[in-house]
Amino acid sequence: MVHFTAEEKNAITTTWGKVNVEETGGEALGRLLVVYPWTQRFFDSFGNLSSASAILGNPKVKAHGKKVLTSFGDAVKNLDNLKATFSKLSELHCDKLHVDPENFRLLGNILVICLAEHFGKDFTPEVQAAWQKLVAGVATALAHKYH
Amino acid sequence: MSLTKTDKTIIVTIWNKIAPQADSIGTETLERLFASYPQTKTYFPHFDLSHGSAQLHGHGTKVVNAIGDAVKSIDNISSALSKLSELHAYILRVDPVNFKLLSHTFLVTVAARFPADFTAEAHAAWDKFLSIVSSVLTEKYR
Repeated sequence: MVHFTAEEKNAITTTWGKVNVEETGGEALGRLLVVYPWTQRFFDSFGNLSSASAILGNPKVKAHGKKVLTSFGDAVKNLDNLKATFSKLSELHCDKLHVDPENFRLLGNILVICLAEHFGKDFTPEVQAAWQKLVAGVATALAHKYH
Repeated sequence: MSLTKTDKTIIVTIWNKIAPQADSIGTETLERLFASYPQTKTYFPHFDLSHGSAQLHGHGTKVVNAIGDAVKSIDNISSALSKLSELHAYILRVDPVNFKLLSHTFLVTVAARFPADFTAEAHAAWDKFLSIVSSVLTEKYR
Protein backbone atom coordinates (compact mmCIF):
# COMPACT_ATOMS: atom_id res chain seq x y z
CA MET A 1 0.00 0.00 0.00
CA VAL A 2 1.22 3.48 -0.81
CA HIS A 3 2.16 5.59 2.16
CA PHE A 4 2.43 9.35 1.84
CA THR A 5 4.48 11.48 4.21
CA ALA A 6 3.01 14.68 5.56
CA GLU A 7 5.18 16.67 3.15
CA GLU A 8 4.00 14.62 0.18
CA LYS A 9 0.34 15.03 1.18
CA ASN A 10 0.90 18.75 1.52
CA ALA A 11 2.59 18.98 -1.89
CA ILE A 12 -0.26 17.08 -3.51
CA THR A 13 -3.13 18.98 -1.91
CA THR A 14 -1.47 22.36 -2.46
CA THR A 15 -1.00 21.62 -6.17
CA TRP A 16 -4.49 20.19 -6.51
CA GLY A 17 -6.03 23.30 -5.02
CA LYS A 18 -4.72 25.30 -7.96
CA VAL A 19 -5.69 22.88 -10.72
CA ASN A 20 -8.49 23.74 -13.13
CA VAL A 21 -9.97 20.26 -13.30
CA GLU A 22 -12.04 20.86 -16.42
CA GLU A 23 -9.20 22.33 -18.45
CA THR A 24 -6.45 20.05 -17.22
CA GLY A 25 -8.62 16.96 -17.53
CA GLY A 26 -9.34 17.68 -21.16
CA GLU A 27 -5.73 18.47 -21.83
CA ALA A 28 -4.42 15.33 -20.17
CA LEU A 29 -6.84 13.01 -21.94
CA GLY A 30 -6.25 14.82 -25.21
CA ARG A 31 -2.50 14.48 -24.92
CA LEU A 32 -2.86 10.78 -24.11
CA LEU A 33 -4.73 10.29 -27.38
CA VAL A 34 -2.18 12.38 -29.32
CA VAL A 35 1.03 11.04 -27.83
CA TYR A 36 -0.13 7.38 -27.66
CA PRO A 37 -2.59 7.12 -30.56
CA TRP A 38 -3.33 3.47 -29.86
CA THR A 39 -5.24 4.61 -26.77
CA GLN A 40 -7.88 5.93 -29.15
CA ARG A 41 -9.10 2.34 -29.35
CA PHE A 42 -11.36 2.99 -26.37
CA PHE A 43 -13.03 6.01 -27.89
CA ASP A 44 -14.55 5.00 -31.23
CA SER A 45 -17.71 6.91 -30.35
CA PHE A 46 -15.91 10.20 -29.80
CA GLY A 47 -16.02 11.38 -33.41
CA ASN A 48 -13.17 13.33 -34.95
CA LEU A 49 -9.79 12.28 -33.55
CA SER A 50 -7.94 12.73 -36.81
CA SER A 51 -5.37 15.32 -35.71
CA ALA A 52 -3.91 16.83 -32.57
CA SER A 53 -6.06 19.93 -32.90
CA ALA A 54 -9.16 17.85 -33.62
CA ILE A 55 -8.50 15.79 -30.51
CA LEU A 56 -7.76 18.71 -28.21
CA GLY A 57 -10.81 20.61 -29.46
CA ASN A 58 -13.13 17.61 -29.36
CA PRO A 59 -15.97 18.31 -26.88
CA LYS A 60 -16.34 14.63 -25.97
CA VAL A 61 -12.65 14.40 -25.16
CA LYS A 62 -12.92 17.50 -22.97
CA ALA A 63 -15.99 16.22 -21.18
CA HIS A 64 -14.51 12.81 -20.56
CA GLY A 65 -11.21 14.30 -19.48
CA LYS A 66 -13.08 16.38 -16.92
CA LYS A 67 -14.87 13.28 -15.64
CA VAL A 68 -11.63 11.34 -15.29
CA LEU A 69 -9.77 14.12 -13.51
CA THR A 70 -12.71 14.84 -11.21
CA SER A 71 -12.49 11.23 -10.14
CA PHE A 72 -8.79 11.79 -9.50
CA GLY A 73 -9.90 14.39 -7.00
CA ASP A 74 -11.30 11.54 -4.92
CA ALA A 75 -7.80 10.13 -4.77
CA VAL A 76 -6.48 13.40 -3.42
CA LYS A 77 -9.13 13.36 -0.69
CA ASN A 78 -8.40 9.73 0.20
CA LEU A 79 -4.66 9.38 -0.03
CA ASP A 80 -4.57 6.76 2.71
CA ASN A 81 -7.23 4.61 1.13
CA LEU A 82 -6.77 4.49 -2.61
CA LYS A 83 -7.69 0.83 -3.12
CA ALA A 84 -11.06 1.17 -1.41
CA THR A 85 -11.74 4.50 -3.10
CA PHE A 86 -11.29 3.04 -6.57
CA SER A 87 -12.69 -0.43 -5.94
CA LYS A 88 -15.89 0.05 -7.96
CA LEU A 89 -14.10 1.91 -10.73
CA SER A 90 -11.56 -0.90 -10.90
CA GLU A 91 -14.31 -3.44 -11.48
CA LEU A 92 -15.83 -1.19 -14.12
CA HIS A 93 -12.56 -0.76 -16.01
CA CYS A 94 -11.98 -4.51 -16.01
CA ASP A 95 -15.42 -5.98 -16.56
CA LYS A 96 -17.16 -3.37 -18.67
CA LEU A 97 -14.49 -1.15 -20.21
CA HIS A 98 -11.76 -3.79 -20.71
CA VAL A 99 -8.94 -1.30 -20.29
CA ASP A 100 -5.36 -2.60 -20.00
CA PRO A 101 -3.99 -1.13 -16.74
CA GLU A 102 -0.89 0.01 -18.62
CA ASN A 103 -3.13 2.82 -19.86
CA PHE A 104 -3.54 4.11 -16.31
CA ARG A 105 0.23 4.47 -16.04
CA LEU A 106 0.42 6.27 -19.37
CA LEU A 107 -2.32 8.71 -18.35
CA GLY A 108 -0.72 9.26 -14.95
CA ASN A 109 2.54 10.33 -16.56
CA ILE A 110 0.76 12.57 -19.03
CA LEU A 111 -1.00 14.24 -16.09
CA VAL A 112 2.38 14.84 -14.43
CA ILE A 113 3.62 16.51 -17.61
CA CYS A 114 0.50 18.71 -17.76
CA LEU A 115 1.09 19.77 -14.16
CA ALA A 116 4.73 20.58 -14.99
CA GLU A 117 3.55 22.75 -17.84
CA HIS A 118 1.11 24.64 -15.65
CA PHE A 119 3.26 25.10 -12.60
CA GLY A 120 6.72 25.43 -14.14
CA LYS A 121 9.39 26.03 -11.51
CA ASP A 122 6.91 25.39 -8.68
CA PHE A 123 6.61 21.81 -9.87
CA THR A 124 9.89 20.98 -8.18
CA PRO A 125 11.49 17.52 -8.23
CA GLU A 126 10.03 16.91 -4.75
CA VAL A 127 6.52 17.92 -5.77
CA GLN A 128 6.83 15.77 -8.88
CA ALA A 129 7.98 12.81 -6.78
CA ALA A 130 4.87 13.09 -4.60
CA TRP A 131 2.68 13.17 -7.69
CA GLN A 132 4.49 10.21 -9.29
CA LYS A 133 3.70 8.27 -6.11
CA LEU A 134 0.06 9.31 -6.35
CA VAL A 135 -0.43 8.46 -10.00
CA ALA A 136 1.28 5.11 -9.45
CA GLY A 137 -0.98 4.48 -6.45
CA VAL A 138 -4.10 5.35 -8.45
CA ALA A 139 -3.00 3.13 -11.34
CA THR A 140 -2.42 0.25 -8.94
CA ALA A 141 -5.76 0.84 -7.19
CA LEU A 142 -7.59 0.87 -10.53
CA ALA A 143 -5.95 -2.41 -11.47
CA HIS A 144 -6.53 -4.02 -8.11
CA LYS A 145 -9.86 -5.67 -8.87
CA TYR A 146 -8.79 -7.06 -12.22
CA HIS A 147 -9.23 -10.74 -12.73
CA MET B 1 8.13 3.37 -34.92
CA SER B 2 9.91 5.88 -37.11
CA LEU B 3 10.00 9.64 -37.33
CA THR B 4 7.98 11.48 -39.96
CA LYS B 5 9.33 14.62 -41.65
CA THR B 6 7.02 16.67 -39.45
CA ASP B 7 8.29 14.92 -36.31
CA LYS B 8 11.87 15.73 -37.28
CA THR B 9 11.12 19.39 -37.91
CA ILE B 10 9.40 19.70 -34.55
CA ILE B 11 12.22 17.89 -32.75
CA VAL B 12 14.92 20.10 -34.23
CA THR B 13 12.93 23.27 -33.56
CA ILE B 14 12.42 22.40 -29.93
CA TRP B 15 16.05 21.36 -29.55
CA ASN B 16 17.25 24.73 -30.82
CA LYS B 17 15.03 26.42 -28.26
CA ILE B 18 16.22 24.34 -25.32
CA ALA B 19 19.90 23.94 -26.26
CA PRO B 20 21.03 27.17 -24.54
CA GLN B 21 19.81 25.66 -21.26
CA ALA B 22 21.17 22.19 -22.00
CA ASP B 23 23.40 21.94 -18.94
CA SER B 24 20.78 22.88 -16.38
CA ILE B 25 18.12 20.85 -18.17
CA GLY B 26 20.39 17.83 -17.86
CA THR B 27 20.99 18.43 -14.18
CA GLU B 28 17.30 18.96 -13.47
CA THR B 29 16.36 15.84 -15.47
CA LEU B 30 18.65 13.75 -13.28
CA GLU B 31 17.45 15.39 -10.06
CA ARG B 32 13.89 14.60 -11.01
CA LEU B 33 14.88 11.04 -11.88
CA PHE B 34 16.53 10.43 -8.52
CA ALA B 35 13.70 12.11 -6.58
CA SER B 36 10.82 10.25 -8.26
CA TYR B 37 12.60 6.96 -8.86
CA PRO B 38 15.11 6.47 -6.04
CA GLN B 39 16.00 3.01 -7.35
CA THR B 40 17.84 4.72 -10.22
CA LYS B 41 20.42 5.94 -7.72
CA THR B 42 21.74 2.39 -7.54
CA TYR B 43 23.65 3.10 -10.74
CA PHE B 44 25.54 5.96 -9.08
CA PRO B 45 26.95 4.74 -5.78
CA HIS B 46 30.15 6.54 -6.65
CA PHE B 47 28.50 9.92 -7.16
CA ASP B 48 27.58 12.80 -4.89
CA LEU B 49 23.96 13.21 -5.95
CA SER B 50 23.12 16.15 -3.70
CA HIS B 51 21.71 19.33 -5.17
CA GLY B 52 24.49 21.45 -6.65
CA SER B 53 26.95 18.59 -6.91
CA ALA B 54 29.56 18.99 -9.64
CA GLN B 55 29.23 15.31 -10.59
CA LEU B 56 25.49 15.68 -11.02
CA HIS B 57 25.97 18.73 -13.18
CA GLY B 58 28.70 17.06 -15.23
CA HIS B 59 26.68 13.95 -15.83
CA GLY B 60 23.51 15.85 -16.66
CA THR B 61 25.44 17.83 -19.25
CA LYS B 62 26.80 14.63 -20.76
CA VAL B 63 23.34 13.08 -21.05
CA VAL B 64 21.70 16.09 -22.68
CA ASN B 65 24.62 16.59 -25.06
CA ALA B 66 24.16 13.01 -26.21
CA ILE B 67 20.49 13.75 -26.85
CA GLY B 68 21.66 16.75 -28.85
CA ASP B 69 23.99 14.54 -30.89
CA ALA B 70 21.03 12.34 -31.73
CA VAL B 71 19.05 15.39 -32.84
CA LYS B 72 21.90 16.57 -35.05
CA SER B 73 22.06 13.12 -36.69
CA ILE B 74 18.35 12.55 -36.63
CA ASP B 75 18.44 10.62 -39.91
CA ASN B 76 20.94 8.17 -38.51
CA ILE B 77 20.63 8.00 -34.77
CA SER B 78 21.96 4.45 -34.70
CA SER B 79 25.27 5.49 -36.17
CA ALA B 80 25.57 8.68 -34.09
CA LEU B 81 25.06 6.80 -30.82
CA SER B 82 26.92 3.64 -31.76
CA LYS B 83 29.69 4.07 -29.20
CA LEU B 84 27.18 4.97 -26.46
CA SER B 85 25.15 1.94 -27.42
CA GLU B 86 28.18 -0.30 -26.85
CA LEU B 87 28.98 1.45 -23.60
CA HIS B 88 25.50 0.82 -22.24
CA ALA B 89 25.44 -2.80 -23.44
CA TYR B 90 28.82 -3.97 -22.26
CA ILE B 91 29.92 -1.66 -19.48
CA LEU B 92 27.03 0.22 -17.91
CA ARG B 93 24.30 -2.36 -18.44
CA VAL B 94 21.56 -0.07 -17.18
CA ASP B 95 18.32 -2.04 -17.14
CA PRO B 96 16.20 -1.02 -20.13
CA VAL B 97 13.25 0.00 -17.95
CA ASN B 98 15.24 3.02 -16.78
CA PHE B 99 15.40 4.65 -20.21
CA LYS B 100 11.66 5.22 -20.04
CA LEU B 101 12.04 6.84 -16.62
CA LEU B 102 14.78 9.17 -17.80
CA SER B 103 12.85 10.06 -20.96
CA HIS B 104 9.87 10.95 -18.78
CA THR B 105 11.78 13.21 -16.40
CA PHE B 106 13.45 14.90 -19.40
CA LEU B 107 10.01 15.68 -20.85
CA VAL B 108 8.77 16.95 -17.47
CA THR B 109 11.78 19.29 -17.30
CA VAL B 110 11.21 20.63 -20.81
CA ALA B 111 7.46 21.02 -20.16
CA ALA B 112 8.12 22.97 -16.98
CA ARG B 113 10.60 25.34 -18.68
CA PHE B 114 8.96 25.74 -22.08
CA PRO B 115 5.21 25.38 -21.53
CA ALA B 116 4.23 27.40 -24.60
CA ASP B 117 6.49 25.43 -26.93
CA PHE B 118 5.71 22.02 -25.52
CA THR B 119 2.48 21.53 -27.45
CA ALA B 120 0.78 18.15 -27.77
CA GLU B 121 2.49 17.65 -31.16
CA ALA B 122 5.89 18.52 -29.71
CA HIS B 123 5.23 16.19 -26.80
CA ALA B 124 4.32 13.36 -29.16
CA ALA B 125 7.34 13.90 -31.42
CA TRP B 126 9.78 14.06 -28.52
CA ASP B 127 8.28 11.04 -26.76
CA LYS B 128 8.73 9.10 -30.00
CA PHE B 129 12.25 10.41 -30.48
CA LEU B 130 13.38 9.51 -26.98
CA SER B 131 11.84 6.10 -27.38
CA ILE B 132 13.95 5.59 -30.51
CA VAL B 133 17.08 6.85 -28.74
CA SER B 134 16.36 4.39 -25.92
CA SER B 135 16.03 1.55 -28.44
CA VAL B 136 19.33 2.45 -30.03
CA LEU B 137 21.03 2.49 -26.64
CA THR B 138 19.71 -0.94 -25.75
CA GLU B 139 19.96 -2.58 -29.17
CA LYS B 140 23.20 -4.40 -28.38
CA TYR B 141 22.12 -5.70 -24.98
CA ARG B 142 21.59 -9.22 -26.22
